[in-house]
Amino acid sequence: MSSELPLIGDYSPATGAALSGARIGVVTFPGTLDDRDAARAVRLAGAEPVSLWHADESLQDVDAVILPGGFSYGDYLRAGAIARFAPMMSKIVDAAKSDARLPVLGICNGFQILTESHLLPGSMIKNDHLKFICRDQVLRVENNNTAWTTQYAAGQEISIVLKNQDGQYIADEKTLDALEAEGRVAFRYVGWNPNGSRRDIAGITNEAGNVVGLMPHPEHAVEAGYGPDHTGTDGLGMFASVLTTLVGGTK
Amino acid sequence: MTQQFNIDTVEHAATTPDTELPWAELGLKQNEFEEIVKVLGRRPTAAELAMYSVMWSEHCSYKSSKNHLRQFGEKVTEEMKKDMLVGIGENAGVTNLGDGWAVTFKIESHNSPSFVEPYQGAATGIGGIVRDIISMGARPVAVMDPLRFGAIDHPDTARVMHGAVAGIGGYGNSLGLPNIGGEMVFDSVYQGNPLVNALAVGVMRHEDIRLANASGKGNKVVLFGARTGGDGIGGASVLASESFDDTKPSKRPAVQVGDPFAEKVLIECCLELFKGSLVEGIQDLGAAGISCATSELASNGDGGMQVELTSVLLRDPTLTPGEILMSESQERMMAVVSPENVEAFEAVMEKWAVEYSWLGEVTDTGRLIITWNGETIVDVDPRTVAHEGPVYDRPYARPEWQDALQADTFRASEAGAGLPATGEELKAAVLELMASPNMCDKSWITNQYDRYVGGNTALSAPDDAGVIRVDEETGLGVALSTDANGRYAYLDPYTGAQLALAEAYRNVATSGAVPMAVSDCLNFGSPEDPDVMWQLAEAIRGLSDACMELGVPVTGGNVSLYNQTGSTPIHPSPVVAVLGKFDDVARRTPSGWRNDADGQAIYLLGTTRDELDGSEFANIRGHLGGLPPKLDLAAENTLGAILINASRDGMIDAAHDLSEGGLAAALSEMALRYGVGARVALDDLCERDGVDAFTALFSESQARAVVAVPRSEEVRFNDMATARQYPVVRLGVVDTETSALEVQGLFELDLAELREAHEATLPKYF
Repeated sequence: MSSELPLIGDYSPATGAALSGARIGVVTFPGTLDDRDAARAVRLAGAEPVSLWHADESLQDVDAVILPGGFSYGDYLRAGAIARFAPMMSKIVDAAKSDARLPVLGICNGFQILTESHLLPGSMIKNDHLKFICRDQVLRVENNNTAWTTQYAAGQEISIVLKNQDGQYIADEKTLDALEAEGRVAFRYVGWNPNGSRRDIAGITNEAGNVVGLMPHPEHAVEAGYGPDHTGTDGLGMFASVLTTLVGGTK
Repeated sequence: MTQQFNIDTVEHAATTPDTELPWAELGLKQNEFEEIVKVLGRRPTAAELAMYSVMWSEHCSYKSSKNHLRQFGEKVTEEMKKDMLVGIGENAGVTNLGDGWAVTFKIESHNSPSFVEPYQGAATGIGGIVRDIISMGARPVAVMDPLRFGAIDHPDTARVMHGAVAGIGGYGNSLGLPNIGGEMVFDSVYQGNPLVNALAVGVMRHEDIRLANASGKGNKVVLFGARTGGDGIGGASVLASESFDDTKPSKRPAVQVGDPFAEKVLIECCLELFKGSLVEGIQDLGAAGISCATSELASNGDGGMQVELTSVLLRDPTLTPGEILMSESQERMMAVVSPENVEAFEAVMEKWAVEYSWLGEVTDTGRLIITWNGETIVDVDPRTVAHEGPVYDRPYARPEWQDALQADTFRASEAGAGLPATGEELKAAVLELMASPNMCDKSWITNQYDRYVGGNTALSAPDDAGVIRVDEETGLGVALSTDANGRYAYLDPYTGAQLALAEAYRNVATSGAVPMAVSDCLNFGSPEDPDVMWQLAEAIRGLSDACMELGVPVTGGNVSLYNQTGSTPIHPSPVVAVLGKFDDVARRTPSGWRNDADGQAIYLLGTTRDELDGSEFANIRGHLGGLPPKLDLAAENTLGAILINASRDGMIDAAHDLSEGGLAAALSEMALRYGVGARVALDDLCERDGVDAFTALFSESQARAVVAVPRSEEVRFNDMATARQYPVVRLGVVDTETSALEVQGLFELDLAELREAHEATLPKYF
């Protein structure tokens, strides 16, 4: 599906018209950088992006939420440690845990905010090589049953953009064992572990599968010409997946 | 607020004419101090002295270069002006892109601070240039960083390299600005004086263009962003006006400290102000801080401003008025707001949690008056501070050594003996070239920069130019390249500066964009040395002549002088940035062929001469002498037109310009770009141009590019080159099977071996 996307400019839905009613919130914190990119990805997948401001308390009836990448509050404290206290975050945490199981995707800094909010276990520390790294990264989709991964095949390898300073995923052995046993490792680095993450983990999900966090950036691989190697669109599947989840009600 | 220090008021100054003032310590010369006394008709107050000293420094006043820089404004035709919306003199020039879009870009130096404290020096270099772009009303969309360091194996180089690259990344990445290109050069002439230049580009709608002027009596003056602290006090004059000298360690403090988070918030906050048309004029605070902002805003507007300095929010309450005026604390902006917009302005500040304080208002008195608790401490004509500083006609003369240098050609030198000739020797030479410090793979640097954020990066390093989409609906966009060759400019500063322009122009055209405008960062040694002053004068004359001939106007830039250690200056390094326009960035040309290009024809455009003086090959052999390659701007113009048309008409799938390292470097880089091999032969080229294989591979003749042409387009492509009477020769074909660069009859270079050599160099040293 992804290779048929127009190179630039055309925002006509790439997926079925029935899905176009979906509204997906994109939260902006002070220091958020990839919010416009996340909104573009939502649009290209065929849904309507809705800007959510960190200090507001209304989710504006969105059907799903994306916490985009960036350096909220400069990451001067632990990455995501301040953003988690935003009024918007408490609404998101409640909605994610509610019976409605609001789908939430945290990308990079968004993933860090999700662990700081305890929606996902573990934490991120500085890359093992101590430098910021930007590269095209291959991931394996380990769990294609989450709200954000149904459009991928289990075990499928995808190439998306990785760019971070504090991307080394860590958790205690017991937590890591539990994540593995419960199939909650959503994505794993393939070929090379770019930041020293435990067990090559690139992304994880919660037990219910509605909350997913990952360090690499699917929103930067949605438009041919602007993604990995200026051709890749493998990230679009994540945004298409949540639309399928929303209309189909499948997990 | 209470102070422990005595305030030197204007009234006090008038009655105490004989008070000793530290003008020399502040970097002023005796004649300059006397001029200040003459302008004011009395001795300056301490606060006035602080203002004049920073604003009359070389860094802020361009006093040594001004007489020469005029040529950039004079050598301009009406045709060149037609797309220039804002010219030289504002924070950055603005060029019309069409469809109601405008683009602004500028390059600046942050050399001295980056030697003293590489991380913060480089970081605040990015911060400063980005604020210049915001000041024009634009959204910044990308940055670039031309870098020059000392010898790769010198123990201090790693300190500067690690710090500067991490600083540029740490700051730029946190702003959400893709870093789309730059340069990296190692040369021992930069050992004690690295060059850290920074470029930023921004886009806006025509109606959003903002200028730095304070007009409208009664309008309010506001300072917002970070608080004012003790960092960078006197940085502008003290750091940039005197060269490093080990006997004066006291001259090495005070590099500013950056807070990229504050700047990111400031960007969004300013864009919201522009959207609501809430500011009448705006100016960023960079070198010379409040001194610069108040005097420039006032003198560019109706000519008067009244400011109460105790209203400035401080990090350090012990700062004196003079220190507050000189402080170069980062992430600050000053704006002029009409009374009816005050409330709306404050609402934007509250939303983004940005601190602000109202300092005063615009007047029609023609005076800049600054008070401290109501007592006047500054009462000046702002023009005398901002625009009417000293101008020097520094003596200059062609250095005595220049003739001997130019006579010392590579071919005739010892280093030029025993040049590679056999296939094996040439293969080894290509490997050595591609692993050499200046030609090796730069991803150690570029992987520390976010090149994707924003989702509009269509090309970035190592491609010839960085390409950014501006309009997502139409694909309208811009291409940018920065270039300089200090060795060429050392051999001949007039031609060297022109060659820098030619290469940047060629790079932009190679990507497929139409070159439109120029920004330059002139990095030179001390203007008080007649040899250096001659280099500067020649470079400016050369660059302005070449801009006129190519029809691309200079819209802004920066001069950085005193780049020397002791009495040894750096190579003259005129860094030239060229901006080009794309009607649709989707047609941009990448710098390598992909694995779907099997059988595409590889052509070389242009003529190859025996031009090795100043080349990378000669540099590897430790030789620098002779004359730089011949410049032919008419040829550059034709080559550019061919590359742009070929992109527009879909005749080429890849293109790469020939510059440092010549054909050997171009073919290697094109093959390595996507890991796809090629089979070429040099016989036709050597026969036509009368050169041997070594010269064909390593000469740095200008106005050349290699292109990959699909079979179906070969006839059309040849016809176009022939119609324009441009030399073109078919070298060979892309070969997706071999995974090697095969130069028939000479050698076959395995791409894995080439890549290993190319990529190992930087990780080995850093």
